[in-house]
Amino acid sequence: MSNITLKVNGSTHTLDLEPATPLLYILRNDIGLQGPRFGCGLGQCGACTVIINGAAVRSCILPVSAVKGEITTLEGLSSNGRLHPVQQAWIDEQVPQCGFCQNGQIMTAKAMLDKIPHPTDAQIRESMNATLCRCMTYYRIQAAIKRAAQAMAQVRPASGKETGA
Amino acid sequence: MTTSTVIPKHVEEVLSTHRRGFLKSAGLLVVSFATGGGALVTEAAAQNSGATQPAGPYPDPDFHQLDSWIVIHENNTATFYVGKTDLGQGTGTGFRQLMSDELDIAFDQTTCIMGRTDITVNQGGSGGSSAMERDSWPMRRAAAEARRVLLEMASSRLGAPVDQLAVSNAVITVKADPSKRVTYGQLIAAKKFNVTLTGSNVNAVTGVAKVKPVQELKYTGQPLQRDDIPAKVDGSQKWAVDVKLPGMVHARNVKPPFACAKLTGIDESPVRNLPGFIKVVSKGNYVAVVCEREEQAIRAARELKTTWEKPATAAFPASDDLFQYMRAAPPTSASDPIVVGDPDAAFSAASKVIEAEYEVPFQGHTAIAGAHATADPSNGQITIYSNDMKAYGMRTGVAEFLGMPREKVRVIWMQGPQCFGRTAADDAGFEAAWIAREIGRPVRMQWMRHEETAWDTKGPAFLVKVRGGLDAGGHLVAYEYNARSCDHNHVGYNEPDTVLIAQLMGSKRAKPNKGSSETPSEVYAIPHRRMTGDVVSLPLVWETPLRTGNLRDPNGPQSTFAAESFIDELAAAAKTDPLEFRMKILTAATTDDGGFRRARSIAVLKAAAEAYGWDSRPSPKPLGKGNILTGRGIAYTFRGQTVVAQIAEVEVNRQTGHVWAKRMVCAHDCGLIVNPESLRRTLECATLHGLSRAIHEEVRFDTQKVTSVDWVSHPTLRHADVPERIDLVLVNGDPNPNRPDLRPYGAGEAALKPMLAAIANAIYDATGVRIRRVPFRDARVLAALKAASV
Repeated sequence: MSNITLKVNGSTHTLDLEPATPLLYILRNDIGLQGPRFGCGLGQCGACTVIINGAAVRSCILPVSAVKGEITTLEGLSSNGRLHPVQQAWIDEQVPQCGFCQNGQIMTAKAMLDKIPHPTDAQIRESMNATLCRCMTYYRIQAAIKRAAQAMAQVRPASGKETGA
Repeated sequence: MTTSTVIPKHVEEVLSTHRRGFLKSAGLLVVSFATGGGALVTEAAAQNSGATQPAGPYPDPDFHQLDSWIVIHENNTATFYVGKTDLGQGTGTGFRQLMSDELDIAFDQTTCIMGRTDITVNQGGSGGSSAMERDSWPMRRAAAEARRVLLEMASSRLGAPVDQLAVSNAVITVKADPSKRVTYGQLIAAKKFNVTLTGSNVNAVTGVAKVKPVQELKYTGQPLQRDDIPAKVDGSQKWAVDVKLPGMVHARNVKPPFACAKLTGIDESPVRNLPGFIKVVSKGNYVAVVCEREEQAIRAARELKTTWEKPATAAFPASDDLFQYMRAAPPTSASDPIVVGDPDAAFSAASKVIEAEYEVPFQGHTAIAGAHATADPSNGQITIYSNDMKAYGMRTGVAEFLGMPREKVRVIWMQGPQCFGRTAADDAGFEAAWIAREIGRPVRMQWMRHEETAWDTKGPAFLVKVRGGLDAGGHLVAYEYNARSCDHNHVGYNEPDTVLIAQLMGSKRAKPNKGSSETPSEVYAIPHRRMTGDVVSLPLVWETPLRTGNLRDPNGPQSTFAAESFIDELAAAAKTDPLEFRMKILTAATTDDGGFRRARSIAVLKAAAEAYGWDSRPSPKPLGKGNILTGRGIAYTFRGQTVVAQIAEVEVNRQTGHVWAKRMVCAHDCGLIVNPESLRRTLECATLHGLSRAIHEEVRFDTQKVTSVDWVSHPTLRHADVPERIDLVLVNGDPNPNRPDLRPYGAGEAALKPMLAAIANAIYDATGVRIRRVPFRDARVLAALKAASV
């Protein structure tokens, strides 16, 4: 066991942990989050996805000791009470069925759109291909990603001016 | 049976709780919050927030009491209590739409609580696409009765006869003087209706009031957003997997390494000193480990040493030999033949007879996450937090399994991964309950990926022989269908003697469930036909991972694959366009059933063809020259009274055998549409589920164990497989679409049913190669193309 400090969604947690413990169990059972979920424990489905340093990462196979950087979970996507455009697009398109995998779909899509603001259909399919849904909401997910990309493009110039970027 | 029934205690508590203004939102919430160093505390039930959990017992809510269905609050909002579970198709929102309409209350002033056996009446949970078709009726009638009773109360209060009162958004006014008004909340809040309903069972529940004609329903038919989606998107949803209770521990199963294995030894020494280790629990061939933390339980289950003895004979043939085995196996049961006319004579007289054999392998549920449940043994009761779609059956089953009175067991349904029948045989709830009682602490059980994929319940494999006779004019005059379903010992709904833990502990029914073998669902007018369905058994049927159970429309995709593939083969033999061929045998009769299935079948086929832009020509089309061969295929069926047609446009890669369904058109008629938006999503997803089963899904096994254990060894549909376009046509083909009593039919499963055949027919159209074995994975398709020199 050792003291490990994690920064999650803007909060800092120092916990006495077995370093090999996959991050997923820490987030869920010690920090009390429920966005990332156990789907396969093998890094194959994506239900456990979190974002670390801009990358969508599978927390079910990531030892907590290997985490370098702030962790964002589904709960951390919204800001000032406003849903992230990806989340809003998911509601507008009425994407989820059971919803269990949607954490992974949303987090993977968010990370992709941060890197590729205007993805082609082929890029969406490729970037999302390892994130599985057994209710088969894929068609709507892809529509929601396009919707979110448009929404983010509209927001971007305005926020650019504000920050002087 | 002397089980007591009551107005749920919790409903009474809602009334008093609500007076205190505690109820912020309805729907079960298990509220977890971090305290101090990360320990988690949970309180169940928003209705009791701020209070401790009720200690039980938990008598059955009385469905004959109006108060069991509807509570109206002082602030003029209403909570509906229904005995259903919403698996993600939006039924909960649909119930609110229907009940809001009947009650005459604004939709956004209502909430709906589902699937808690202690506070919602037993409507059985979910299954069989019955939510709207069957189970919405008692809800509507209860809401209509509540409206009637409120009007009578208002009549006394306002001093005006009921027929001189008007209702809008839960406010009753005197028509002649709208300043005279009273709200539902003012009339009833904090009081009970004390109205007894009639009806011999929960489905027949009714008051005196009649439901409204369809034309007066305001919310029903509107594309309202589903009420469960925001929390699933913003991370605030509390799932069954999220339940955390004080003192809760984690359990993991140690499954037998092969089917029908006998446990001969457990060596605890590798795990005894692991951090957090609590106990190995075992009875018969059932073994699980319990640890303080989740990752500790996962490790202990992996490292525990167990030894097992193999069965004397192989449990089953290897998956590659399955159909050969099924062909030779003697049936364990057979349905009575359905015979029309004189098929033998008609075959003798036919100008052309063709026959074909179709194979659908075992297909799994393979939910996105494994079975799970948390059981709390506090106060000598058992509370199970579960995503069981049939929470009520689990309650009864667990009570019997543990030898406890039903009143001491309750199941609280919560959101979970896709069900489609899997959680009707919900092993994890039984396991959590048994272990919780063994160790006296709340237990969270979760199946790992390899367990769920290998050991979940399977849709039965089908081997179907079909024969058809055409006359000289190419008309279908004789038809014979025989299905063999490998479905002996089909696992039922939460049966205490057939759930896996019971089997592993030694329970074996003397007479296993005989299973089923469905005949095709169409209304083709074929003058002479014979249809039979046999069931065969695997060599060993207990304690095996090839347990069959209900998988979304249990026999439908299999039987329809054979039947609707064969209709295309007949059309090809008659050199007729496959749509035209179907239309001919649909229009050959003029009579119809009470649900107008024949007229509506014609209507959905026409609607699908029109939306697709179907041009009439025989299949296959002339073989293309490039690497990518394109084709279109159609299939039609019904499930209950819901009629559906699917058209697939596929691209087949000649070099790789890869099949991509580029475009899908689904025409669907489920009668009254409660929420077109929810319906469209359900149809899209069912279509893609069918596509996944057509091109990817097969449970593979050797003679000892299932070898499909994860998403590599058990492929599923992925983003790259998705059609670039899915068109949905919501047809109302009823000859009188404006009838005031138009009924809703089931929509949860039907769209999946014709998909295997639609894809097979499209592959044939593109390539001229008929593939009669599911799934159409690249290697199988490529081999078939090569064999046919395509």
